[in-house]
Amino acid sequence: MPRNLIDITDLSVEEIDQLIATAEDIIANPVKYQDACAHKQLATLFFEPSTRTRLSFESAMLALGGNTLGFSEASSSSTAKGETVGDTIHTVSCYADIIAMRHPKEGAPFAASQFSEVPIINAGDGGHNHPTQTLTDLLTIHREKGRLNNFTIGFCGDLKFGRTVHSLVNALSRYDRINFVLISPTELKLPRYVKEEALKKKGIPYTQTTDLESVIPQLDILYMTRVQKERFFNEEDYLRLKDSYILTPEKLENAKADLSILHPLPRVNEITVAVDKDPRAAYWRQVKNGKYIRMALILKLLGIQV
Amino acid sequence: MNIDSIQNGVVLDHIQAGKSMDIYRYLHLDQLDCSVAIIKNVKSGKMGKKDIIKIDSPMEVDLDVLGYIDPNITVNIIRNGVRVEKKHLELPKKLVNVIHCKNPRCITVAEPQLDAIFLLSDPATHTYRCAYCETAKDKKF
Repeated sequence: MPRNLIDITDLSVEEIDQLIATAEDIIANPVKYQDACAHKQLATLFFEPSTRTRLSFESAMLALGGNTLGFSEASSSSTAKGETVGDTIHTVSCYADIIAMRHPKEGAPFAASQFSEVPIINAGDGGHNHPTQTLTDLLTIHREKGRLNNFTIGFCGDLKFGRTVHSLVNALSRYDRINFVLISPTELKLPRYVKEEALKKKGIPYTQTTDLESVIPQLDILYMTRVQKERFFNEEDYLRLKDSYILTPEKLENAKADLSILHPLPRVNEITVAVDKDPRAAYWRQVKNGKYIRMALILKLLGIQV
Repeated sequence: MNIDSIQNGVVLDHIQAGKSMDIYRYLHLDQLDCSVAIIKNVKSGKMGKKDIIKIDSPMEVDLDVLGYIDPNITVNIIRNGVRVEKKHLELPKKLVNVIHCKNPRCITVAEPQLDAIFLLSDPATHTYRCAYCETAKDKKF
């Protein structure tokens, strides 16, 4: 059975720490890794549009000396003809050494893993999980703070459908002394099952609020999210909630000097462009980290040691 | 009321009163040609009232289905009129094609030919979650 990454908890804390160490080494010594995946092929199967995730996977594989193939929307695959996920994966695993897959339906990568003879990486499944974004977030926090424990992190925006939030809360719940502050409109609160499984069962402290400004002074990390139009069945609800939180330089006046602002991107208007100049804005550095951690992950799942 | 003892078959005992028809359906007992007796509201020292199902033919009972419906049920195997085995059930850790996910965003709803897999998430509350999308299935029994 190939090793897959479907959910962030498929990786132990030790494995995540090792991936972060590998990514740090790649950043320090890129030449050492430039031919590590020579003659290997990564298939990027994106049944849903994406800019960063797909390109970062492809960029990662190319930087390792490998090649890529795939599609960037379901309409350009046999899915448009009614082909099942299982049949698509059966086919592609004949051509590629490893598959990164994004799909609008929750659990599609898990379904794919039951048919694949090569490693499957979940590159996002609907509003469910996005483990490589979580690895990106963890590497970013590690690089920004120098640790993965002992801090207060605020999650702000759409915590209900925000798959990056679910995965990151799950991942951070395995580290010590982290306080979680959950900031969202009532309608977009973190799902009960995430709170119960990741936080309550482990006795991890968390607070919930609708008011960003009242909690911003206590945060070491602020994880902003977009209210995602594609997750709503009802456009009225989207229009009512989309502008719930907009981060501006004024709102950051009371924040800590060493706050790190993360965002999985793309943003719409929840962080104003003026914030980009603030040294606390870490989201562009986060994008770059996404490539390095995916390089480390591809190496691990292919069993390649450098 | 007189129900004959069975010679070779299975007796499902300690069924919660009123739930025997659910078990009849889940185990597809309607598809059997042999005699099947459903005895409802039998007096029970432990339970007050209970249901019993007697199946007059040797058969493999799906213990996962029964354990999911009610882990307190006991399964008695009868050979030549004598009980040769009494099986106690437990909540199965994994259910395959027993229950189905209702989350409209789940891949198993879009592609129903996939195996419907549920994993035991919380034994205390009998909560199972879809292995694909993690949506909880509330215990209905």
